[in-house]
Amino acid sequence: MGRKILIDKVHIEGIRFFDTYRKNGGYASLEKALKISPAEVVEEVKKSGLRGRGGAGFPTGLKWSFLAKPEGIQRYLVVNADESEPGTFKDRYLMEFIPHLLIEGMIVSSYALGANTAYIYIRGEYAWIIDILQKAIDEAKEQSFLGKNILGSGYDCEIFIHRGAGAYICGEETALLESLEGKRGNPRIKPPFPAVKGLWDCPTVVNNVETIAAVVPIINEGGDEYALIGIGKSTGTKLISACGNIKKPGVYEIDMTISVEEFIYSDEYCGGIPNGRRLKACIPGGSSVPILPANLLLKTAKGETRLMNYESLADGGFQSGSMMGSGGFIVLDEDQCIVRHTYTLARFYRHESCGQCSPCREGTGWMEKILLNIERGKGKMSDIDLLWDIQSKIEGNTICPLGDAAAWPVAAAIRHFRDEFEWHVQNPEECLRRNYGLAGYAEPLEAVIS
Amino acid sequence: MSDEKKLFKVTIDNITVEVQPGTTILNAARQIGGDIVPPAMCYYTSLKGSGGKCRTCLVKVAAGSAADPRPMPKLVASCRTNVMDGMVVENITNPSVLEARKGVVELLLINHPLDCPICDQAGECHLQDLSYEHGVESTRYEFNRRTFDKHDLGPYIQLHMTRCILCYRCVYVADQISNKRVHGVLDRGDHSEIATYIKQSLDNDFIGNVIDVCPVGALTDRTFRFKNRVWFTKPVDAHRDCPTCKGKVTLWLRGDEVLRSTARKDQWGEVSEWICNTCRFEKKKTSDWIIEGPTVVNRQSVIGQGHYVNITKPRETISDVMGGRPPKLLMDIHNVSGVNNVDLSEIPGPASGKTFEEDPHAFATNPTDRKKPELNSNHELE
Ligand SMILES: Cc1cc2nc3c(=O)[nH]c(=O)nc-3n(C[C@H](O)[C@H](O)[C@H](O)COP(=O)(O)O)c2cc1C
Ligand code: SF4
Ligand code: SF4
Ligand code: FES
Repeated sequence: MGRKILIDKVHIEGIRFFDTYRKNGGYASLEKALKISPAEVVEEVKKSGLRGRGGAGFPTGLKWSFLAKPEGIQRYLVVNADESEPGTFKDRYLMEFIPHLLIEGMIVSSYALGANTAYIYIRGEYAWIIDILQKAIDEAKEQSFLGKNILGSGYDCEIFIHRGAGAYICGEETALLESLEGKRGNPRIKPPFPAVKGLWDCPTVVNNVETIAAVVPIINEGGDEYALIGIGKSTGTKLISACGNIKKPGVYEIDMTISVEEFIYSDEYCGGIPNGRRLKACIPGGSSVPILPANLLLKTAKGETRLMNYESLADGGFQSGSMMGSGGFIVLDEDQCIVRHTYTLARFYRHESCGQCSPCREGTGWMEKILLNIERGKGKMSDIDLLWDIQSKIEGNTICPLGDAAAWPVAAAIRHFRDEFEWHVQNPEECLRRNYGLAGYAEPLEAVIS
Repeated sequence: MSDEKKLFKVTIDNITVEVQPGTTILNAARQIGGDIVPPAMCYYTSLKGSGGKCRTCLVKVAAGSAADPRPMPKLVASCRTNVMDGMVVENITNPSVLEARKGVVELLLINHPLDCPICDQAGECHLQDLSYEHGVESTRYEFNRRTFDKHDLGPYIQLHMTRCILCYRCVYVADQISNKRVHGVLDRGDHSEIATYIKQSLDNDFIGNVIDVCPVGALTDRTFRFKNRVWFTKPVDAHRDCPTCKGKVTLWLRGDEVLRSTARKDQWGEVSEWICNTCRFEKKKTSDWIIEGPTVVNRQSVIGQGHYVNITKPRETISDVMGGRPPKLLMDIHNVSGVNNVDLSEIPGPASGKTFEEDPHAFATNPTDRKKPELNSNHELE
């Protein structure tokens, strides 16, 4: 049974409100942090080994220590709650059910960074969560945990919520900052990085909701203690939002020592695949990361058991591995068509590209059109190689990682399921008649854990 | 001088140059000149924040600096990457750069209408140059191209959104040069477009400069529309006493008629001094101007093919760094295509298919055309 430290209290009635939250140990980390210096807080986070939960997995303590600290210039903390990656819905769960955890984490982190103003950039579609968060902010202010002279420490902090307008690209940190400044959400060209020139040209740290929430248990228990959870460089717990063909979709907190197989099949987590179907493939970290066929998902190419953590999921590189990403776990059973699935993703990226750089703007549209043709049985064999070539022309040649995120799913689908693409080309009529592709990759796996 | 900053040494395609710290790779390459200069479709020296978007200027940084000689993992946009001391850059000597660039060119063209025959920009279009030098002959794109209606943005400027490559230069001009920006990029991704939010005209003293910065024929001068092909006009430098701008322009003449007036451009096709709308659109008489003499035409598409005075052919470094391979220049198209093995001036009237049919070399590159004998008889009738 994995340890829970983020969502262990969500079942408590009224935890959404200050009084209950406080009674259950809330805001203890803030009291603790204010007694030590900001640098010591940063040190704890460094010791914890916490890695960014927004997708890239960059060590948070390191990121914080890069923050430029010129005299007399404001610094900002911005929480990335844009959460628009298909398959990812963990931040929503945190904010909706235990909003004070984020607020507490934000105040502690702002203190550590020497920021007096923090922002939550939240995706526009989460309209009702804005109210929940605003209520939490108001409550914290009333209780003097937020605002001027917090708990008599002399430290001031304000938190503002900014609502996005429905663009995935505004989750990219520099596009987010542009949008927060009231401009068009185009990613900036880096360098300079936000840590040097971020919001209104001031040094800024952008972190994911879950990352900031994890600061609370880190300060409460100490960085070293937190680092004991998990394995290797994957310390602490991770929220996984599981969806697709599983019996129990939802948000799960895991410590990163369990195997992928256990996560899919055990009743504590996804509960296996419904209707007696077999596992075909899985996207383990949100739509941007490479899809893996069942055999490579459960075991690495070296034959080791694949675990739910940063290193193990990435084992084998893109040839035979994938990424932890943002923890959006999408499971596909044997009836799912990879081509259609890839088309759906390509369509998403085409629609969400900001259009600044030519490879991403034009390439995503082209890939979508070709994939639609193949899916409808109008494809040619040469289209498959063409797709491969287009994705390779996009990947690595763009301003922001959305270009890569659009290229990787296509590359991985062709790499692992090429014969399914070929089947579509060879069986045009059947493509239209039946709703699914080949199941050739499904391994006849029994549920191992009952 | 002791307080002068130490110069940075940077090597681009095996040619070393010393530049001021803070110089971009692109500008360092421009100091060397010739073929090793990466093409730039969106960067514009005088527009702050420009560059980084088109990705045609991608280069490989083989060594980051003398202090940290690791290569950079991805290709970088040379227009937005500063040089470091001891940096080693590969442009045309690196096949992966050329391959990536070819990819960018192909992608820039998939939705481009390729309506050069009816486009006023043809002949001085940077996309034409780019495609010719770095692209491939045919496209693999088999879908309908994106279309937009054309718009008149006021009395002087016309927008053909179909031709736009979204370089954002015109947006920066409106932001930084003119006193009001009423246009910008609407929507996003492959459906984004340059537009005014509510149909409005672009109207202020310096807005005409968007025409000059536009690398393609998306923004064109309505007062010049369909008047002439640029390579039939004769550019001269001229000036006038203008209360608004410095009044230094290039006039494009046919005989004594002023067909068009533009800002003067440097060898990279960039405007050196912005001009006002009056100088650009209103002063269309030679008597309005003091003519200085013929404009020096640089490597500018096929207009370089015109027999201009003082034409400077670019100094080519390509044969040095590419083991003797000669450069491909659009201005040399006539030598390459074989079409002009026929001396057109010798033919009475317009040339027809028959003219070339008689020439054994003319269709050497396109054998399918030879199989059309009916073409002959048709022409007989004309
Ligand atoms: C296209 C794109 C979309 C992104 N969307 C999100 C998002 O919705 N939420 C998020 O936390 N990070 C998102 N990121 C990652 C952020 O750029 C950034 O890395 C992250 O917020 C850093 O926080 P962390 O270090 O806590 O992970 C996105 C990145 C890209 C390229
Ligand atoms: S990669 Fe795509 S989303 Fe990112 S800046 Fe370029 S066009 Fe915009
Ligand atoms: S209209 Fe011209 S200048 Fe403006 S973005 Fe398009 S191509 Fe660039
Ligand atoms: S000129 Fe460098 S990216 Fe366009």
